[in-house]
Amino acid sequence: MIYARNLVKTFGAVTAVNDVSFEVAPGEIFAFLGPNGAGKTTTIKMLTTMLKPTSGAIELDGLDPQKKQNEARKRFGIVFQDPSLDGDLTAAENMEIHGVLYHVPRKQRHHRTEELLKLFELWDRRGDQVKKFSGGMKRRLEIARGFLHTPKILFLDEPTLGLDPQSRNQLWNHVKKVNEAEGVTVFLTTHYMDEADRVAHRIGVIDHGKLVAQGTPSAIKEQTGTVTLEDAFLALTGSTIRDESAGSADQMRQFARMWSGGKR
Amino acid sequence: MSVIYILWLRELKRYTRSRSQIVASLGQPLLYLLVLGFGLGPVFKRAGYGSYFQFIAPGVIGMSVLFSSIFSGLGLLWDRQFGFLKETLVAPVPRIQIMIGRTLGGSTTAILQGMLVTLVCVLAGFRPASFYAIPLALGFMVLIALLFAALGVAIGSSLQDMQGFQLIMNFLVMPIYFLSGAMFPLSNQGKVLTFVTALDPLSYGIDGMRSVLLSAATFQPAFGTLTDLAVLIGVGAILLVFGAYRFSKIEI
Repeated sequence: MIYARNLVKTFGAVTAVNDVSFEVAPGEIFAFLGPNGAGKTTTIKMLTTMLKPTSGAIELDGLDPQKKQNEARKRFGIVFQDPSLDGDLTAAENMEIHGVLYHVPRKQRHHRTEELLKLFELWDRRGDQVKKFSGGMKRRLEIARGFLHTPKILFLDEPTLGLDPQSRNQLWNHVKKVNEAEGVTVFLTTHYMDEADRVAHRIGVIDHGKLVAQGTPSAIKEQTGTVTLEDAFLALTGSTIRDESAGSADQMRQFARMWSGGKR
Repeated sequence: MSVIYILWLRELKRYTRSRSQIVASLGQPLLYLLVLGFGLGPVFKRAGYGSYFQFIAPGVIGMSVLFSSIFSGLGLLWDRQFGFLKETLVAPVPRIQIMIGRTLGGSTTAILQGMLVTLVCVLAGFRPASFYAIPLALGFMVLIALLFAALGVAIGSSLQDMQGFQLIMNFLVMPIYFLSGAMFPLSNQGKVLTFVTALDPLSYGIDGMRSVLLSAATFQPAFGTLTDLAVLIGVGAILLVFGAYRFSKIEI
């Protein structure tokens, strides 16, 4: 379903992604792990038409996302690291806009919105403005929205960041449910190793732009001779702390947080 | 078409839901209208120009349309910060449709705001030359709104964050307002001011509104109604194309 071969992305002298190859099978949940600045988000951006690879090949459901941009975009859903909901609109209205943007016919749009909001336990709050939602509810809504146009692939970029264990647990249960019911391929990144261990069928570990390990969670633990995935991860990527320089997006996020009084 | 409609509708819903903001945005026009309108009235009259209140009302209406349309375009920065922009930009839709939806939505809210201020002006004592003047003035409001909403989108697409906002406010929006002749007659000015005001697109909008709202006996247009229309349509079209171009260059 997702196919990446010899993927390279350079920004000036910096090589963010260096010769990365992997494949994700249809219906699989694939966790893409790595320390800060390892190249996770850059890879997701290349997979989701937002960034052009310097070299290498990508196929999403047999399509080159650069050549057939709109066709590819119809086939995947994406939940960004940062929230991307309109807080002034209600949950149902956010779903409605998404449905129209993805050309989902009206009847199907309404039916699917009801189905997904019920599944993600947001149906009772569908008429409430999103700015009144808790962090966990917002994330759930974003994921439900990502499924609205029945994509073949769902990309989740650190969807559980900043959520309490209850919300995280609930969120993954929902994602697994849709994955099993509809056979959606899920490509996710996270910093919580226990989540990856529990949810993912297969894992890829990226560090300094290079894929350093790939396989089932148990295979990776076996390969490194460790008991937990967290230890395996540290064994693969070392324990030095990565200081990511704050890009303009980070600064803006900071500003947004300040501005909204820490409610986001 | 449905994409343009839904994004237009979004702008409208956001506008009607921010009641406190609507009330707040009436504060500044009211201040100009009442304080300047009455405060400078006696001087204006003594100079032989007639009623200053009548004169400034179209200027204040133009100001409110200018502010709300340009800010609606700059709302792009907000959407960038709060993430909604990304949601629209990765959708399988041509960018031009997104830009048109936003711009039309932003201009519509600016026109509504302008109508609200017109109503306030009338309640405060402003008397248009005739009943037919109102729909004609509305036409000018539409042109002003489209022009500046497109300019707002062009600027909003080019700025990375909110830091540039004050700069735009102080070095673009306020000068556009002050140099438009919203508060003073454009005739009989010095060469420099005459030249600079002629470069300001809002001058033509406000001149046009005055030429339809005020009676010919009390106001002589600085440019002429047809010139006003031609400039607004021409500059508006250029800015719409420029805005669409800048919008197509946004990197997610």
